[in-house]
Amino acid sequence: MKMNEQVLVLIVRNRPDVLARVAGIFSGRGFNIENISANVMPEPDITKITIVTRGDLATVEKIEKQLKKLVDVREVTHINGDGSVKRELLLIRAPLDGKDTDRVLSLIGNTGGRIITRDPEFCIAEFTGSNDEINEVLNCLDGIKMEKLSRSGTVAL
Amino acid sequence: MKLKGSQIFIQSLVAEGVDTIFGYPGGAVLDIYDEIFKKDLRHILVRHEQGGAHAADGYARATGRVGVCLVTSGPGATNTVTGIATAHMDSIPMVVFTGQVATPFIGTDAFQEADITGITRPCAKHNFLVRRVEDLEQTIREAFHIARSGRPGPVLVDLPKDVMQAETEYPAEAPFIFQKDVTPTRPDRNALKKAYEMIKESKRPVIMTGGGVIGGKATEELQRFVESAKIPVTATLMGIGGFPGTNPLWLGMPGMHGTYQANMAVSNCDLLVVIGARFSDRVTGKTSTFAPHAKIIQIDIDAASIDKVITAELPVVSDAKQALEYLNDLLANNHFYLPEEERKAWLDEIEGWRKEASRPFAQNGKIKPQAVIKMISDLTGGDAIIATEVGQNQMWTAQHYCFTRPNTFLTSGGLGTMGFGFPAAIGAQVAFPDRTVIDIAGDGSIQMNIQELATAVNYRLPVKIVILNNGHLGMVRQWQELFYGKRYSHTVLTKSPDFVKLAESYGAVGLRAEKPDEVETVLREGLSRPETVVMEFAVDAEESVYPMVNPGSPITEMRLY
Repeated sequence: MKMNEQVLVLIVRNRPDVLARVAGIFSGRGFNIENISANVMPEPDITKITIVTRGDLATVEKIEKQLKKLVDVREVTHINGDGSVKRELLLIRAPLDGKDTDRVLSLIGNTGGRIITRDPEFCIAEFTGSNDEINEVLNCLDGIKMEKLSRSGTVAL
Repeated sequence: MKLKGSQIFIQSLVAEGVDTIFGYPGGAVLDIYDEIFKKDLRHILVRHEQGGAHAADGYARATGRVGVCLVTSGPGATNTVTGIATAHMDSIPMVVFTGQVATPFIGTDAFQEADITGITRPCAKHNFLVRRVEDLEQTIREAFHIARSGRPGPVLVDLPKDVMQAETEYPAEAPFIFQKDVTPTRPDRNALKKAYEMIKESKRPVIMTGGGVIGGKATEELQRFVESAKIPVTATLMGIGGFPGTNPLWLGMPGMHGTYQANMAVSNCDLLVVIGARFSDRVTGKTSTFAPHAKIIQIDIDAASIDKVITAELPVVSDAKQALEYLNDLLANNHFYLPEEERKAWLDEIEGWRKEASRPFAQNGKIKPQAVIKMISDLTGGDAIIATEVGQNQMWTAQHYCFTRPNTFLTSGGLGTMGFGFPAAIGAQVAFPDRTVIDIAGDGSIQMNIQELATAVNYRLPVKIVILNNGHLGMVRQWQELFYGKRYSHTVLTKSPDFVKLAESYGAVGLRAEKPDEVETVLREGLSRPETVVMEFAVDAEESVYPMVNPGSPITEMRLY
């Protein structure tokens, strides 16, 4: 985790515009969203949104208070470093051109990737880990000519 | 019973105790207007949707109830945005209903379609788009609840045309579960006990109140508290009227155009008890120099207002009424008694400041705007409902009209919206047909919603409009004089209409004073007439608002003239 990185977890009412409202607090008040992840919860009508922002404790407190005022926000929790688990997901698509195929596949395997799709011409691999670990994976995969990649936001407990 | 959405709309408003709405029809709301016609719900037809929003706002400020505005889709809705933002900044309870195109057309750039919920998301407390008629009743109840609970604010409800035409069972059977709690936040009693200790120990205390004391209906509790604790009181622009200006403990308003004694008292006090005020930049000046010797107790219903700009030593999240009730109990139960001599030194010092800065109005043969306002204050006994526009007219009113009651000073403090005052005065007059309601305006501001003269005359509202005509955009001109080397860029307002003729063309009464000895006659006549009256005063264009603290300066650094 980089300096001053703060993770906020919001439990919100599942409404079409709730994400816009939450994002609006960040943009309207001059706070920044570094990454974001959102999905429904088992409880009906509830969504969990995880946001990584940057700032000191006083700033995060201000953001928390503004978020709590939103009618659709039920709870806001600030996840601290100790004892928390933060993970991200990375998907990559790498070309397989016959001669290089073995090297590419073994590199993916050695960096902890799982092959999701295997095609004669390309493969899609999935990696999970902490923010630092995913950064490290991307460094290691520098030797592959990646066609596409997609990186998720942080989820945390 | 199966009812159409438009009928449920009316029933829901009646169930909320609404008896007046301000509005302007259009295609998307034809079904609703049809029901209004049949039901004979009191509807005030304005001449611009912005006027409708400000009128609902003024109604809410004057009565303490939720104001209601109804407009059509597209441009009708967007015309209310300034009014919504105005109410949002000053925490005024209001529900604005906007028509919307039928649900299958939403998002297709249909005729008179606007994403009004998107547009007002940042400037309303909350908003709703009702996609199914089954949700309508619950949504309206929730909208009113949100508007009036906690820190109040404007709520917008977008009503698609097909939803208004569709039918469903009314009343609905399912119980209503409000998403956010109704009850006002109960104060932490231990925190208030600590506050009581701090008040007991202080030698030079000051109370600073804001809009939250008026919005929280806590002015009686405040009065009792002040009388027991003998602490001098200042109020921000939004708090004026929360404490009687006739009381010897009244300091006047603090901040950029505050009184000398208020600014000096705040800057030299050892304890500042802030109730329902949010430390606006207009009040604090340079924040690092604000109340430098004081411990700050901040009581506010909104936790986000605490430690936002100024750090409080003792923050208390609570509504004003409950906090002051408990403090009063503490004072009574502990037999708090303050001997005169204890407070005398502090009060004498404050009196010294008051004398230091007082000066009579200059006489130069031209009408002084401050003198006009002072005379209005005297003639009405401080008892009228006064709305203002924005700028010099607004500041002079705050300084020279002696307000004694809450809900009598209707001014756009946070957003500073020119054109607010006249429609707000109309809203207040509709609520109180028998009281004197006056809008104090400049020649710039009055032209922004001048079309509402038709509304006032149409409903025989005896609103009195006082135009302090200095031929300029006064406050901006003042800043250009002080900070931009007198480069008066576009602040001369030429070609204003003859306001007397304009009033008469609308069917109102028009009066004008051009010399100081005409002022009293015009005011007496204007205030006594039962019609809508416009009184124009040709005032000295050179007058500026003093005291003044330069932006970003400490509030102790005041220009007095």
